[in-house]
This record gives sequence, structure tokens and C-alpha cells, in this order.
Amino acid sequence: MDERIQSALHLLPDYLARHVLLSASALALGIMLGLPLGLWLVRHPRMRWPALAAASFVQTIPGLALLALFYPLLLGLSAFTNPLLGFRLPALGFLPSLLALTLYSMLPILRNAVAGLTGLDPAVMEAASAVGMTARQRLFRVEVPLAAPVVMAGIRTAAVWTIGAATLSTSVGQTSLGNYIFTGLQTENWIFVLFGCAAAAAFAFVVDQILGLIEAGATERDARRIWFGAAFMAVGMSAALVPLMTPLLAGGSGAYLVGAKNFSEQFILAELISERLEGEGASVARKEGLGSAVAFRALAASDIDVYVDYSGTLWANVLGRSDAPESAAMLSELTTAMTLRFGVVLLGPLGFENAYALAMRRERAEALGIRTIADLARHAGELNFGTDLEFLSRPEWTTLRDAYGLKFQAQRSYTPTFMYRAVDSGDVDVITAFSSDGRIAAQGLVVLADPKHAIPSYDAVLLISPRRAKDEILKRALTPLIGKIAVEPMREANFMVDRDTDKATPQEAARFLAHAAGLPER
Amino acid sequence: MANSDLANPALIEIDTVRKSFDGGRTFAVRDATIGIAAGAFIAVVGTSGSGKTTTLKFINRLVEPDSGEVRIEGVRVGTIDAPTLRRRIGYVFQGIGLFPHMRVGENIGITPQLLGWGRPEIAARIAELLDLVGLPRSYSSRFPGALSGGEAQRVSVARALAARPRIVLMDEPFGALDPVTRDALGSTYRQLHERLGLTTIMVTHDVQEAVLLADRIVVMRTGRVLAEGTPAALMADAADPDVAALMAMPKRQAERIASILQRDNAEAPHG
Repeated sequence: MDERIQSALHLLPDYLARHVLLSASALALGIMLGLPLGLWLVRHPRMRWPALAAASFVQTIPGLALLALFYPLLLGLSAFTNPLLGFRLPALGFLPSLLALTLYSMLPILRNAVAGLTGLDPAVMEAASAVGMTARQRLFRVEVPLAAPVVMAGIRTAAVWTIGAATLSTSVGQTSLGNYIFTGLQTENWIFVLFGCAAAAAFAFVVDQILGLIEAGATERDARRIWFGAAFMAVGMSAALVPLMTPLLAGGSGAYLVGAKNFSEQFILAELISERLEGEGASVARKEGLGSAVAFRALAASDIDVYVDYSGTLWANVLGRSDAPESAAMLSELTTAMTLRFGVVLLGPLGFENAYALAMRRERAEALGIRTIADLARHAGELNFGTDLEFLSRPEWTTLRDAYGLKFQAQRSYTPTFMYRAVDSGDVDVITAFSSDGRIAAQGLVVLADPKHAIPSYDAVLLISPRRAKDEILKRALTPLIGKIAVEPMREANFMVDRDTDKATPQEAARFLAHAAGLPER
Repeated sequence: MANSDLANPALIEIDTVRKSFDGGRTFAVRDATIGIAAGAFIAVVGTSGSGKTTTLKFINRLVEPDSGEVRIEGVRVGTIDAPTLRRRIGYVFQGIGLFPHMRVGENIGITPQLLGWGRPEIAARIAELLDLVGLPRSYSSRFPGALSGGEAQRVSVARALAARPRIVLMDEPFGALDPVTRDALGSTYRQLHERLGLTTIMVTHDVQEAVLLADRIVVMRTGRVLAEGTPAALMADAADPDVAALMAMPKRQAERIASILQRDNAEAPHG
């Protein structure tokens, strides 16, 4: 069997279990909120339009954006709960995903509950009063049973939507079947992408069919089918959730949370860190695919315990500085600022730099006579600029643009993988390459010199959360990495994962990197 | 008949009730007063919009009057908890309104169940009522969807009688049925009325049905009571020309049918 399929299958129990837990919880919460609200709206016709319009509005927000919005919202709430009630709300992972998906599931549940309960035969409703039912008896003995088929149809729609949208929760640090898709997209592991799509679709299909059975039972008043469906559902869910129970039963609650942003180097380094920690006997959980800004805030809030960031990024984005001192000065000032302002420990630099670097195809650069960014500025008006998804909104871009007076013909943003594709195919002329990227050499790109030093240094540094600031295991496991990872092996490791053929998994690349750094093998 | 009514104290008194559904611009019922003796079978007739159904619904509080009151045995119905009141009064109406998700037996037994009767008692009552309305006992396990219109209306009558009410309200009960079923069900019910000693108030737009089934007829128009009396008295002599025209119809029909029968007999070939 293909090694990638094997590694996908290996991850399936955990991913599926978390996906099931998340989507089932969101749907259950959606039902618990949606049905009573639906009942209330039936009794209060004036509130119907505003409530249904609000639910529709939520539905129009793209799922990814809705998930992303809960992150600052929960952080903001924590600012109140922490001093007042003495606890912080986790802003990453399960909670924001649960809340966003619950909101997402509300519309079909609400709409069908209202439609089902208002569309009942008035003669039957009058009969219910006339035989002497109280309002409550009428509700539970007549209205709810008669509206059940329509309500079930709404729940069914909500279930399929929720399961689909749950794949997006990977981006806020909740493990789900979406991890296959996000990781696969970044590392061009199409088998992973397909596997993730197929698994999520299959799960949604099975749930839809079981709910369909219950719906048919409700429509034809066949209690047997309802019980069958419910039993199927209960057994299936319990089976899927078993993988989550085992570590819980084993008492592994103090796991170290290793974070990673959304590109290959980060996945490889997260694997390296995880393996080092596991080598010390610690249990580890990963939160991968985090956005650049999300990652640091998650660490500062101790939602993750450790990850690798880059000095220039922290300098510009976290400290808000626009100057570019040389590497050592920047590092020492950063180390102090991190501790003082956030309680975050900057353990040290790994030894390589992953700077933003403007790169062009060699023959294109030579034909235009471009060697430096200053040369580039003269031709920029006729060139297309390709960037990763965040560069254009980062302060470094403003500094760089103003320093050289860059004004391109067009600017486009891509995921890193597709950005390299775009420069290779000539869709864009210049890209914001990463200096530790193996694809620079492999694709025959030249990096343009920065004579004005407008781009700051980007030394890779290990960051540790305030919660684990004094943690000995973490220090023991990670200190040996400081200064040990040179840019060459890092490039090679990145390229192993990024190249089109004979791809390696991030785990394999991490093992290669450990070996190259002279660390003992496990 | 009229004399004995006067002798009995009225079981139900509808006393100058008034109801507007549009904030007082028009009145569905305007100062209607009707007294109903125990054991009476009253038909309320009138065109649609005459206020007869609204008047009927005052009795079991499906509609509350704006002013005036309804008393049963001297007690104002407004002071009785509505569900409790309704469990004591049978109700049959045109829409039938059987609960489609309950079996026939569950439909019939619903009011006894709400009153907290025991299971065996309810089961026995269901069987008894199916016999009474002329349906096989096996129908108990059917769903209403599987019944004909006449069968469904028989179940509806059985449901109204289940908790042994003394009073039964009927709103166009047989209006949607074919004439043959309608006639059969009408006479079945009239017999039940006698046997069980019920007091029945039936709303209908069909004067002939009213004449054939009821002891007394109340004629309503635009929310007011125009006339009240025995069928014979109203057919013989009605002060209001509209009432006279209305009551003349069944008589005329009966005379025409009689003459047709005579002519057919005369023309029929002998041998």
C-alpha cells in the first residue's frame, strides 16, 4: 500500500473521533437551542422575521470566517472572565469551533421547526383544544408529533452542513477530518486531500441516511424505524469516539500542545519538537495549520505550549516595529520584550533563517537585468507580483514598498505551494519566497538583494507559553535544538515534503533533520 | 313541548352575548340570548356569517364573548378552567379533526385519558362506543387516514361521547358527507341522544336536517336571534318574513316529493 495511504489510515481514528465529537456536539447544541427557540417563535409571530433573518445572516457568513471570528471574540470575553470569575475561555480548538458550528446549524433547524409547527391543520388544533387538552398537552401530544417529519428534515440538513463545515475547524486549531485537507493542500499530498474529502463525505452520507431512516419513521409513524435509526446512531457514535476515550482512561491529561502554522517547514519542526518531547516520555498533541497571528496569540494565551516563529515576524507584527536592526540585536531585544510583555519564553534561535525574499525565475531576471530590489522597482510597473496569503497585509510589505517605491502591475495572493507554481508557470514574475525553502534552488529562482535592508532578519526561534515557562521537560527536550539546525538541511527537509515526486511525510523529514543536526535517533 | 321547556329550568343559558372580531366595527354575535333545557336537541340555523358557530363556541370557551355570559346549571363558564370545562362537553365538527398520528382507539379514548381514567376502563369504553356508533371493534387499531368520511365522522361522534358528557356541541357535523351517509348518521345520533339522555346543540345551515332532527330550532341572522320555536311552530307561523321563507323551504320540498310519489304511483303501468 502507498505509504501516504497508510499514514492517512493511521491518523483516521483520532481525526474521525474528534470530527464526530465536534459535529455531534454542535448539532446537539443546535437542536437544544433551535427547537425551543422555534417553539417560542411559533407563539410570538412578531419575532419570527427578525430571528429567521438573523439565522439566515449567520448562514451567509463563510464558514471559515465565522470560525475565525470566534477567536478574537473568545479572547475578548476572556479579558472579562479572567479577572471577574477567575478562569479563561479557551479561544482556540474545540470551543470556538463548537460555537461557530452551532450557530451554523441553527438556520435549517429553526426554519423547519417554525414551518412544521405553523403548517399544522387548524381543524386538528381546534380538536385538540376541544377535547380538553391544556396548551402543554396540545404541544407535546399533537403539535410536536405532527411537526416531527418536517423538523427531522431540518435536522438532517443541519447535520450534513455541520459535518461539512467541521472540516474548516482545523484552521482554529481543532483537529478534524479537515486536517487531511489542510495539511495535504500545504504539502501537495493529494492523497491526503482526497482522503479527507472522502472521509468527511462518507461520514456525512452515513449520518444523512440514518437520520433519513428516523425521518421516514416519523413520517409514517413507524416507531420501529425510529428506534432502529437511533440505535444505529448511538452505536456508531460510541464506536467512533472510542479512540478519544483510551488516552482519557490512561490519564494523559497533561499533554504538551505543539503548534504549527500552515506550511511545510512548520509541520516538520512541529514533528521534530513532538518527537523530542515524546523522547522525554511526555504525551503530545498537535495543533497545526494555525494562521500566523493566531499562533502567537494562542501561545501567549497558553492555548498551545510551544511553536517556532521567526524574529522578523514577531518584531513587526507583535511588537509593531518598522525598523530592521541586525539579527543579534533584534534577538536580544525580542527575548526581553517577550518575557516582559507576554510572559513568553524565547528559548533561542534554531540556527537558520526563513526570511521573506523576493525571488524571480533566473532567465526572466537576467533578461530584464534585475539583481536587486532597487532594479526590480524600475520594472515593477510591467511585472506581476505573487505573494503568500498574508504578506500584503503585513507591516513588512509597507516598509519594503515605501523603501523602494514598489508599484506592480498586479498583485495576487496564493497558498505557498501555488505561489511557487505561479512563478514557475509565468503567471507572476516575482514572488515572496521563503529563504529556507528548497524550492528556490530546485526551481532555478534567484533571490533579489536588499541593499537598503528593508526586510528584517527572520531567525527561527523556539517560543514557550507562559504556562510552561518553567517546565523542565520542555527545556530538557528542546535546548539541544538551539543553534543546531542549519539552513541547508532545513531546505532539504522542506524540499523532501514539497517536491512533486517521491514526497516524504513531515515525520520522515523531521527524522532526517534530527539526524542532520546530530541529535540521537529514537 | 314548548310548555315542558318552560317548566324545566334551563341547563344552558346564553345570556346577551356579544362578540366582535374587528375591534367593534362589526359584530359576529350581537346580544344573542338562548335558553336550552336539559335533554333538549336544539338546532341553530342561519346562513354563513350569521354568528351561529361563534355562539356555539361560547359554550365550551373556544371563543370568549366580549360581553354577556354563558351559564351551565347557573355557573358562569368563564369561571371554570377551560380544559376542565371542555372535558365535560362533547364536541363534533365539520372538519372532523381526528388526530392523524393516533389510532382510532386512541382518538376515542383521548378525553378519558386526559381525565386520568384507568387503562382497562378506557379500553372497555372504546369498545362500547364503537358498538354504539356502528363501527366494527377491529377499527380501534386503524389510523384515521384509512377511514371513509362517514366512518371518520362516526369516530368523531364516539370521541365526543367518550367521557360521558351530558352536553354535546355539534358544528355542521354531517355537512361534508354524502346524503345517504348523512341521513344514516343523523338518525343514529338522534337515537343516541335519546338513549343517553344528552343535551345537544347542533349548528347547521341545512334547514331540512334541523327540522328532521331537532326539538327546537333557533334562527340567527347577522349575529342576532331572529326566531326560536319547535319546527312545527316555525313552519306554521313565523313573524319574520325571512324566517318564514327559510322555514317554508322544507315544507315545500316535502310537498313536492309527496306529489312526485303520487304521480309516479298513478302513472306506473299495472301489469
